[in-house]
Amino acid sequence: MSTTTHAVEEIAETQALPHGHPPLNVVYEWLTTCDHKKIGLMYIGYALIFLLVAGVEAMLMRIQLAIPNNHFVSPQVFNQLFTMHGTTMVFFVGMPILFGFGNYLVPLMIGARDMAFPRLNAFSFWISAFGGLLLYFSYVGASGLYAAGSAPDVGWFAYAPLTAKVFSPGHSTDYWTLAIFLSGVGSIGTALNFVSTILCMRCKGMKMSRMPLLVWLYLVTSCLVFVAVSPLTAAQIMLTLDRYLGSHFFDTQAGGSAVLWMHFFWIFGHPEVYILVLPAFAFVNEIIPVFSRKAIFGYPAMVAASVGIGFVSLGVWAHHMFTVGLGATANSFFVFATMVVSVPTGIKIFNWLATIWGGKVIFATPMMFCVGFLFQFLIAGLTGIMLSVAPFDWQLGNSYFVVAHFHYVLVGAILFALFGAFYYWYPKITGRMLSETLGKWHFWLFLIGFHLTFDFMHIPGLLGMPRRIYTYEAGRGWGGWNFLVGIGAVIQAIGLLVFVYNLVRSYFKGQEAGHDPWDAWTLEWSTASPPPAYNFAVEPSVNSRRPLWDLKHPEDPDSDYE
Amino acid sequence: MMVLAVTLGIFLVVAGLLFYALIRYRHRPGDSNREPAQVYGSNQIELAWTVIPILIVMMLFLTTTRVILGTQAVPKPKDALNVTVIGHQFWWEYRYPQLGVVTANELHVPVSDPAHPTPTYLEMSSADVVHSFWVPRLAGKTDLIPNRVNTMWIDPAQSGLYLGQCAQYCGMQHAKMLIRVYAQSPADFAAWVNQQKKPARQNFAGDPAAAEGEAVFMHNACINCHTIGGTVSTGRFGPDLTHVASRDTIASGAVPNTPQNLRKWIDDPDSLKHGSLMPSMHLNAHDLNAVTAYLTQLR
Repeated sequence: MSTTTHAVEEIAETQALPHGHPPLNVVYEWLTTCDHKKIGLMYIGYALIFLLVAGVEAMLMRIQLAIPNNHFVSPQVFNQLFTMHGTTMVFFVGMPILFGFGNYLVPLMIGARDMAFPRLNAFSFWISAFGGLLLYFSYVGASGLYAAGSAPDVGWFAYAPLTAKVFSPGHSTDYWTLAIFLSGVGSIGTALNFVSTILCMRCKGMKMSRMPLLVWLYLVTSCLVFVAVSPLTAAQIMLTLDRYLGSHFFDTQAGGSAVLWMHFFWIFGHPEVYILVLPAFAFVNEIIPVFSRKAIFGYPAMVAASVGIGFVSLGVWAHHMFTVGLGATANSFFVFATMVVSVPTGIKIFNWLATIWGGKVIFATPMMFCVGFLFQFLIAGLTGIMLSVAPFDWQLGNSYFVVAHFHYVLVGAILFALFGAFYYWYPKITGRMLSETLGKWHFWLFLIGFHLTFDFMHIPGLLGMPRRIYTYEAGRGWGGWNFLVGIGAVIQAIGLLVFVYNLVRSYFKGQEAGHDPWDAWTLEWSTASPPPAYNFAVEPSVNSRRPLWDLKHPEDPDSDYE
Repeated sequence: MMVLAVTLGIFLVVAGLLFYALIRYRHRPGDSNREPAQVYGSNQIELAWTVIPILIVMMLFLTTTRVILGTQAVPKPKDALNVTVIGHQFWWEYRYPQLGVVTANELHVPVSDPAHPTPTYLEMSSADVVHSFWVPRLAGKTDLIPNRVNTMWIDPAQSGLYLGQCAQYCGMQHAKMLIRVYAQSPADFAAWVNQQKKPARQNFAGDPAAAEGEAVFMHNACINCHTIGGTVSTGRFGPDLTHVASRDTIASGAVPNTPQNLRKWIDDPDSLKHGSLMPSMHLNAHDLNAVTAYLTQLR
């Protein structure tokens, strides 16, 4: 055993030999790295930068909408803002940040030294990153900054035929198409990597039935990426063919079909929500048990529910198309499928509740964000059930009610879980704790801002305000609500800045974390913080779902009960 | 309503349990450092919270289907009014095939008496991109999709003005693709139809400005896009102007139909609705006044 350790340390030392002089060698190292942890961190850093950019876009929109008949930005700029905000948040914040955490955590949690295909991993990151840069180059390209460039303005779901050359001349749509294409290639590569890693690289004793739930959820998410992202990526090529080589897939003026694009987009678009939310479930699955000091309740049911959500989510896309006129039979099918998703989702919520039940809940910042997640996800799920009722959707689809609903999922659930994950794993990644005081400030500011924004955003929707309008008349009764929503956005922005400050400050001044600051039970806490390049000096060997529990409680190990 | 009650009920129960658990089972300062009892799960409980939601879902699904079938499979009454709605960037074209009336942006429909229902059936399509017709107080929305005909019906029981707007992002001026539906008593509606069926005014003998405006209009590119009944102007790209002066608003509800606004609109459409597809005609001030005078006569 000790010989292995020596050999590994020697390898690590050879790898650490500098190429060139600082700081160039550091840059060189990051640019050429194939280490899953470094790639994971690059994903997270890149996503955080885009989070701030897309957040600024959201703020500009809220300023424009705060009062009726506002002239803060022109209609064209506004249309570009919501297109860029949506596209960025989904493709260049949500996906990369979740892939980043997955990259960092999955190999550590299954006791592996890296992903199955480290070079593919680096390729996937760089190609996605290039997609994001290309999308934003549209602001500088073409007519330049003075004319606010030619940023895409077709909406994040870019309905055909608005994207046809006739209706969208110039290159703005091409920037969008190519950026999504590149991001799609990267996502599929990463998904392939996750599946291979999880299936082939588990350490000794880590049967599928002993994997941490986080790993299970990344497996399901990756499978969803295959099925959902591939059609979207293909559709980008079809759209480009339409625009430049005279094909007519979506070109309605030559007999193409606008509805075809909707199907292509939403067979991606709805599973995409689950691609984003399943990793959020994954974080919560790890955090709630540790801070309740109890094993997760109903592990097999949780796995079944995750896989179930994955399957059912592939059959719900046309609930985005209830107003297209698909007919009563098709509509009823998608109503049913959409409602059925709530069953496995409900099982998850109940199991989290049961995990808390009878525990000793410690309200550290990660747990507080998870409680916020649970509460908001419950509401988001219930407004989701309301929207799944097609007649309700005929009224409220594409209104601000829908905008509020999906931001409840994306911000209230996913972003809250992500913040929890940051506070929980930051000590592992940097070796230092994030400040709890600043964390509490961040939590409360963000919680209040969130509710101010997104609770009140439901109301103009109920009053008939459609989404994606750059302004509205004073007489419609939407003004006051939008003003409140704007105030909430400012409070959220302050909360976010506190978080960023906390990330930076704690890196230098945070309290030392040690291996296992939370007294947790999964494998990543058994190695140093930050983990060495080779992760584990010796390949771990596990006997249960909570290997560190077994070590800490030899008198009452989990392995006795499984 | 039932959906609301069910979801609210679920919310109260689950959120209540969540907060109860968080408070009841919080870690207290005086607690011993022993870990709580480890419970790994229970098949009976899992079964219970699987089956109960399934039952709720079945119930919601069946009621929803009943409403869907109820809305989509109602027989069409004989007295129903047919209107063809065509979405354009960024305005609405309304054609009444039974009545021979064509208008834009302001839809006039009769109020329906429950004893003798006269609902209005809308046949909807699009001339360019996808739009969506949404007047919240009259009905849910229906998309207008090129190469496809969708139908919906409205059945207003009270007269009055109903506001709505395009609900599917359709380009630069999506926000100002507004809808005004005037629900009128049968008598008022008949009067409106009669007035719309009259040909446009032809003789401007007593009104030299309007007569000159007509000539300017007919000698400019205006006629390529607009129709004025009984003249050489037969374009279909923009709204029918035969009775433009009878409408309350111009530019698809963006501004009131006053001579000042009309003049401004002809002179520089972008100043009222930036990005509308109407080009500025670059008329001189004299011609502008003349065309404005002409159009204000088209009642």
